[in-house]
Amino acid sequence: MLAATAVALLCVRGLFVASMLTGIYSLLSTALFVLLDAVDVAFTEAAVGAGITTVLFLAMLSKIPSRSERSQAFNFQPLPFLVVLLTGGILVYATQDMPEFGDPKAPANLHVAPKYIIESEKETGLPNMVTAVLASYRGYDTLGEVTVIFTAGVGVLLLLGRKRRRVLGESVEE
Amino acid sequence: MSWFSHYNYWIVIFLMMIGLYIVICRDNLARKVIGLNVFQTSVFVLFISIGAVRGATAPILAAGFTEYANPLPHVLILTAIVVGVATTSLALALIVRINEAYETIDEDQIQAMDSDGKPWNI
Repeated sequence: MLAATAVALLCVRGLFVASMLTGIYSLLSTALFVLLDAVDVAFTEAAVGAGITTVLFLAMLSKIPSRSERSQAFNFQPLPFLVVLLTGGILVYATQDMPEFGDPKAPANLHVAPKYIIESEKETGLPNMVTAVLASYRGYDTLGEVTVIFTAGVGVLLLLGRKRRRVLGESVEE
Repeated sequence: MSWFSHYNYWIVIFLMMIGLYIVICRDNLARKVIGLNVFQTSVFVLFISIGAVRGATAPILAAGFTEYANPLPHVLILTAIVVGVATTSLALALIVRINEAYETIDEDQIQAMDSDGKPWNI
């Protein structure tokens, strides 16, 4: 179903429809995360991916007149398709070396994960391991994340606040 | 190794390639951002599916459960989702700005306007 929505995203014509489909796509991936036992990720994806991203897209669409969307149907281009197919083929070939799905002996599940699972409640007092790792063991990552968000916010303000400031500056010069 | 033991990777690759194709083929800049989002979500699914363990439950300690999914990929992807929204908002702001300057968000038209040598309307 996720794949079907992605294909629809590829083919759909209007920008508005495409951004709505992006929201649906996020919501479906949320369901997938719940199925894969990642409830915290699902929460975040539902709130941030399906919610805020859709709002951002709608805000952008409200600033851009619809005439700028050249009405083009989906046109098939062979060369990029070939490149994509080749890349996908190589990636599928590479998955032969990957551990099986759900394998408890996979390398990713053996390194620090058992320590987090066994000791995180003793060391941090939190029953939710994801929160414990996020806020305690990898707190610096979260600090860096906040830095990225701050930088992006400053960037958006600089990009979109410029025109208004220039108008203000001109009126001061007069 | 059974035949379907790697199907999670195949789904991820399929989504990834759709995203890549959108990024390459669509001229509209907003659509390229959508393609990047699709690609990004496929990477999320890849990480989460690596962290999934057969017969396990969500990584919240509860009585009666001993098998938990790997919490580390969840943490990484939580961070990645939020960072992804930050970059998406920046990209969309750039698109709005480009639209103010060029009055189009179509890549071909922008390149045509750039190559005709006229001064910018910024």
